[in-house]
Amino acid sequence: MRKQFVYVWSVSELDKAKVKKEKKISFKNFFKKRNTIQMFATLLTNIHLPNFLKGALYNGKVKQVCVPGLNCYSCPAATGACPIGSFQAVVGSSKFSFSYYITGILIFFGIMLGRFICGFLCPFGWFQDLLHKIPTKKFSTKKLKALRYIKYGVLAIAVVALPILITNKAGIGSPYFCKYICPQGILEGAIPFSLVDSSIRATLGTLFAWKFGILIGIIILGVLFYRPFCKWLCPLGAFYALFNKVSLLDYNVDKHKCISCGKCSRTCKMDVDITKNTSHTECIRCGECIKVCPTKAISVHWGFKNPLEIKKDEIINQIGEIKNENN
Amino acid sequence: MKVIGKYSTQVKFAAQLMLIVTATAFVCLGAYRGEVETVFAKAIRLCLECVGIG
Repeated sequence: MRKQFVYVWSVSELDKAKVKKEKKISFKNFFKKRNTIQMFATLLTNIHLPNFLKGALYNGKVKQVCVPGLNCYSCPAATGACPIGSFQAVVGSSKFSFSYYITGILIFFGIMLGRFICGFLCPFGWFQDLLHKIPTKKFSTKKLKALRYIKYGVLAIAVVALPILITNKAGIGSPYFCKYICPQGILEGAIPFSLVDSSIRATLGTLFAWKFGILIGIIILGVLFYRPFCKWLCPLGAFYALFNKVSLLDYNVDKHKCISCGKCSRTCKMDVDITKNTSHTECIRCGECIKVCPTKAISVHWGFKNPLEIKKDEIINQIGEIKNENN
Repeated sequence: MKVIGKYSTQVKFAAQLMLIVTATAFVCLGAYRGEVETVFAKAIRLCLECVGIG
């Protein structure tokens, strides 16, 4: 194991170095508690739990605002509105053909956190993580990388284009993604409501059967593959993926410390090699690579970067790359 | 290479700032147009399409 030295010029510099080291340690603990954080995020997104028994929806003012993850607003416990459902509701209404409000909220979430939302805050992401913990044979998705592009098609066609273009005589478009694809509505809305409300149970028909089939399919795939819905179908993941490159939350790989052991890319269940691209569209910032890195070469950063610091990092990385090539 | 590196850093910083400003402007414009009411009206009622009733 290589020993890391921190060179300091004064006592105040020493304090700064200490704080930096403590910060790095706390980030590592943060990633270790991912499951707990996901659980709390799901609870906060669905805080009105007694509504499950009442068979009623929360209808307070908070529902004017979107939650960051994929969470159906027809879930009895839902705290806020679903961003994908809300977007379709606005563009599908007769009054508007584009939703500035929802797009603005999504850009804000994307720029602040990128796909960290998928890894830590999305209830359906956590559901799939739990499914994948069921002890069975697991399959790699490395050979299915082409399927990743489907989610961009889902975003462009089912979420944006169809609700705008296909409308009835009153000018109202259907939320096509919610209606025909989204498994979250069945999981969080239809199943709890049909359990407590016999009138809803009586109205379920072919559409419910179709969507229930999708949910079962996602569950089976989720047990065998890691996060199939996030990788291949989720339009929200597709939107946030576009922001990983410019997000304030960023990963850094210190090439000077990296020994090119490949542990990070072998560990990554999203099939990302973080040493090649730190802002890969598929990286959900789960921190698994940070946990396994033997030299602590991968770090996480949030906020605007100081251009001078970036210049210093670039020089260090160039020296590291030359050193690795020589080895 | 150095010029490209410096340029991309500046572009990223500019893009971040621009997107934050755009997001804020979009939210304000959307609220001004009355989109919030549409979202709220949809969110407080059972979405029949979402739950598979149609």
